[in-house]
Amino acid sequence: MSVVSRSTATPGSAAPPPSDAAPSRPRRSRGVTVAGIALRTPYWVLTGSVGLIFLAPLLWTAVASVSPQAGTNQVDGWGFGNYATLASYQAGVWRYLANSAFVSLLTVTLTLLISFLGGYAFARFRFPGRNVLFMLTLAILMVPYATLLIPLYVLLTEVGLQNSLVGVALVLTMFQLPFATFLMRISFEAVPRELDEAAMVDGCSSFTALWRVLLPAVKPGLITVGLFAFLAAWNDFMAPLILINDTERMTLPLAVSNLRGQVQGVVDYGATEAGVVVLALPCIVLFLLLQRHYMRGFMSGALKG
Amino acid sequence: MDVRAPSHPLRAAMRGRARPRGRRALLGWLYATPTAVFVVALFALPLLLVLKMAVSRWPLLAGDQGVNAPDNFVKAVDHRFFTDSVVFTVKYTVLATVLLLALGLGLALLVQESSRWNTLLRASFLIPSALGLASASLLFYVLYSPYASPLAPVMERLGLTFLDSPTAALVSTTFLIVWRYAGFYMVLMLVGLQGIPADVYEAARTDGATRWQTFRKVTLPLLRPTLALTTVLCVTGSLLAFEQFYILTKGGPDNSTVTVVQLIYLVAFQGQNDLGVAAALSVIVLVALVLVNALQLRAFRSEES
Repeated sequence: MSVVSRSTATPGSAAPPPSDAAPSRPRRSRGVTVAGIALRTPYWVLTGSVGLIFLAPLLWTAVASVSPQAGTNQVDGWGFGNYATLASYQAGVWRYLANSAFVSLLTVTLTLLISFLGGYAFARFRFPGRNVLFMLTLAILMVPYATLLIPLYVLLTEVGLQNSLVGVALVLTMFQLPFATFLMRISFEAVPRELDEAAMVDGCSSFTALWRVLLPAVKPGLITVGLFAFLAAWNDFMAPLILINDTERMTLPLAVSNLRGQVQGVVDYGATEAGVVVLALPCIVLFLLLQRHYMRGFMSGALKG
Repeated sequence: MDVRAPSHPLRAAMRGRARPRGRRALLGWLYATPTAVFVVALFALPLLLVLKMAVSRWPLLAGDQGVNAPDNFVKAVDHRFFTDSVVFTVKYTVLATVLLLALGLGLALLVQESSRWNTLLRASFLIPSALGLASASLLFYVLYSPYASPLAPVMERLGLTFLDSPTAALVSTTFLIVWRYAGFYMVLMLVGLQGIPADVYEAARTDGATRWQTFRKVTLPLLRPTLALTTVLCVTGSLLAFEQFYILTKGGPDNSTVTVVQLIYLVAFQGQNDLGVAAALSVIVLVALVLVNALQLRAFRSEES
């Protein structure tokens, strides 16, 4: 599915069709005239500056994190002093990166596994309790985060998972299930039944059919689910805030947040900027690489409401 | 056997081998088991536990001390921040929802025509939504600080601060949220706009409708399902606001920006350490949320008929 767009008529399209000045653009229309360009320039300036408002904070942070600034570890000239501060903060940024990576990868793996099997079950099988279980899974969306985290804190302590990254990953996986199960279910439903039935007639077990035949067919759905699970887990703040209280086991967002106001109450803004860059970088790279899957996730939710 | 055989003989073949119904159901359950385990252990069970905690004396460290209903609810409602936090959360929700929906729709209308320039714009509006809310809050925490901000000279000259008065803190936080989420709502609006058939616009144009008339009488009414979905999403998200205020304002100045979820965290883990009262607050939030969403859906539905 490509990026949402509509090339047909726009509401009251009194404006001329988009005319491009650059010759390299493939879509040229009759509006390529001096008047056309003059007419469109304010539009480009306006929309371009709106776009810049959205990009500016990110660009500024990236630049500021390596630029000289009083009260940080990077006072003279440009360099990576702020990143050095970050690297040596408490257990060190590598520790927190590893913690975050562990939580994220475990969450992604569990979410993919559970929603892959669950989506298959909901799409292809009829069994007692199917609808109840599906509705119950979607109901997770209705319940506030905090409402669940308070009892989860007690429950995880009971089973010895207090202060544990595995516990955090389990909780984050649960919060991913409504979206993941829903998306995998519609992904499986979009695959013609004949495909797996044929495989089973050929003597495959339902599991072999799922693994060999259906897995490739629902791969786009899995990528979307994995991407969203990663972004959610990597960025989550509240679950580790409540469930983790050992500085050794904090995840990166928590560590960067705690970094402020550690040095005798004076906030090291430079190190915070560096932390934001480290936090944001994987998300932005993934976003740029998987933009189509990202849009797809939003849209499947919106379409089915 | 030929895999590409037409579907009917295939179905017949399946029936010929006639897996017993019970076996299919069992298989379905088998695939759904991981989902069921997660949903029951990490969602249903905590939900029941929070109800129990809400009617029990339950200090953070000592654990369950027996039923004390309805003390927790009385304490929750009598908490000195309760009324203020409810009022503030509602105020913030209204502000954020109005701004995000208006801006989301505006941006969607701006970039709905398909062109390379618009694809670029859409991506730049959407990039902030790949960031975590915590990362975005940290970014703006630096951006708003009077020391490290690039806007510091302007702030000094105008005598303005971003976070030092209740109103400024609310406005600044709302700006952060709009920056982070506008692209997300834009995508949802784009999906809605895409669902409006082009010939409706064509008809409006033939009838000589102005742009504004077309927007009022065609676009808005036909966009109602999307508007309902986005309103519910935005209201739910804003009522449960936590990270942005926890990181950016820490509830200040003078506890003027404490949201309801922040109050839950405060009661549970900071100072009071009373999980029973926190659970009671959580239950109140849950009930309020369900009511608010039911009312909204009803309002949108009755308008439709």
